[in-house]
Amino acid sequence: MKRSWPFLLSALALTAVLSLLTPFASLVELRRADPNLAWMLISQLRLPRTLLALGYGAVLGMTGAALQANFANPLASPDITGSSSGAALGAVAGAYWLGITGPLALAACGASGAALALAMLFLVSGRRSETATLLLAGVAIALAAGACTSLLLALAPSPFAFYDSFEWLMGSFVDRSLPQAIAALVPSAVGCALLARKARALDMMALGNDVAASVGYDPRRLSIEVVGLSAIAVGACVSVCGAIAFVGLIAPFAARSLTRGHPGRALLPAAAIGSILLVVADLLVRLAPAGRSIPVGVITTAIGTPLFVWIVVRMRRTVTS
Amino acid sequence: MTSLLEARGIELEGRLSSTNLDCPSGVMIAVIGPNGAGKTSLLRAIATIELTAGRVHICGADVSRAPPGRRMQLLAFLPATRSLIWPIKVRDVIALGLPSPDSERVDELIETLELQALAQRPVNHLSTGERSRVLLARALAARPRLLLLDEPLSNLDPYWVLKSLQILRAESEENDSAVLASVHDLNMLQAFDRAILLSGGKVVSDGSPDETLASRVLADEFRVERTSSGWRICERVRQAADQRSLP
Repeated sequence: MKRSWPFLLSALALTAVLSLLTPFASLVELRRADPNLAWMLISQLRLPRTLLALGYGAVLGMTGAALQANFANPLASPDITGSSSGAALGAVAGAYWLGITGPLALAACGASGAALALAMLFLVSGRRSETATLLLAGVAIALAAGACTSLLLALAPSPFAFYDSFEWLMGSFVDRSLPQAIAALVPSAVGCALLARKARALDMMALGNDVAASVGYDPRRLSIEVVGLSAIAVGACVSVCGAIAFVGLIAPFAARSLTRGHPGRALLPAAAIGSILLVVADLLVRLAPAGRSIPVGVITTAIGTPLFVWIVVRMRRTVTS
Repeated sequence: MTSLLEARGIELEGRLSSTNLDCPSGVMIAVIGPNGAGKTSLLRAIATIELTAGRVHICGADVSRAPPGRRMQLLAFLPATRSLIWPIKVRDVIALGLPSPDSERVDELIETLELQALAQRPVNHLSTGERSRVLLARALAARPRLLLLDEPLSNLDPYWVLKSLQILRAESEENDSAVLASVHDLNMLQAFDRAILLSGGKVVSDGSPDETLASRVLADEFRVERTSSGWRICERVRQAADQRSLP
């Protein structure tokens, strides 16, 4: 793993710089015309966008890895366990029904929604769940949360709620301000920093709850901490950028190949890979024709769906062999 | 003889009644009993897993207060399940049993348990018997003073049953440690120094393997008796059980 860090950090730095400078031609043109305006473009628009893509990607990667280790299931991730949908529901309820406008308060609404969804998953499927149980429970919770979100938008006092929220809920980093980025990233960073400290315990959990408990880790408490911290981190990001699928599934999967299969040790590399993936997806979004915007969630889903199918097929082969 | 293990009033709600247990170092103890007797519960209680009452001291140290690194040196618990989900390499699984990296110890265990050909393979791709050996190596890694092994001989072929017993004996002598292992095969009892018989979550007999094997309690609990050629169903106990089950 140590040998992979220089590569991961270089890729992170490169994608971050590309995100700040792309599209490059318009930036050069603007700099010629008005250097101050060019600087404002970078600091007011592209910097929050880049920070959000980097931070949200890290959150999805790390929480995906932590949830997978916790549920002992490689298909657990914030979107598949329903926590992203729960966070969206919480944020919509806060924004359109409670009239909350402050980004930090909205982040709290998102975290509450995600926590509720994960608590429901916990109750329905149990802590170390079979893949089918986890997926069915996750799908049911995501569908229920999605339906409730649509209902809240349809009945919202504002007649434009549906239209307003479309781009937001589909996942986007466009036109987010620096205060919004800070509101999403500060709680997320705290959640991720605390999650990163659970790496060793999550590795021991790979040997079973009883082995982890025999060496002094409390599996029940660890589970509650992982679920709670994931909800805070994901909820805060979803409340600002909407739900983005599959990064939380792909990044841990790739990270475990760098950590020789260790689920806990994969937390930090999964965060780095998640960041790179989401910044790349956001760069691809910028290739859309002028005047059109593609939600970044569309790109991650397009990449993630075939991989998801491949993981399921691989798991089936492992089970049957 | 000073006691390596001192368990006082240990209890698991609904599964193990209040139990006291002492165990000196250098001995191998078999924990036997029919299905559901509480063998796993006794081992889990000593490992302080979901312990509802009582306290456990190993070498004078209170287990429940020891931090993870220290606990690994005090005890190791091998669960009966051999199911592993993550594709962790075999030598890394063994290393997870160590409080700090020690590749020499991992190499030593790979050699002892003849895992050389499997060392770089993902553990979830191995057979159940192979996984049993890997998990036993993980349990031995930190040279714990007390080994709590739940059915360590299950899923193993005859060579590995005998070899595992030999390894456990050597480890307990070398490290002055003790072994508590739940065993189903009563023929294996002779390999142990002491046998604890459990029934309904209580210790009903505690003595040498020979005494236990010949005891009436064993016949009553297992509903089998020893013959010159092996074991047979104990008709006396079976008939008594049938009588009890009549309305």
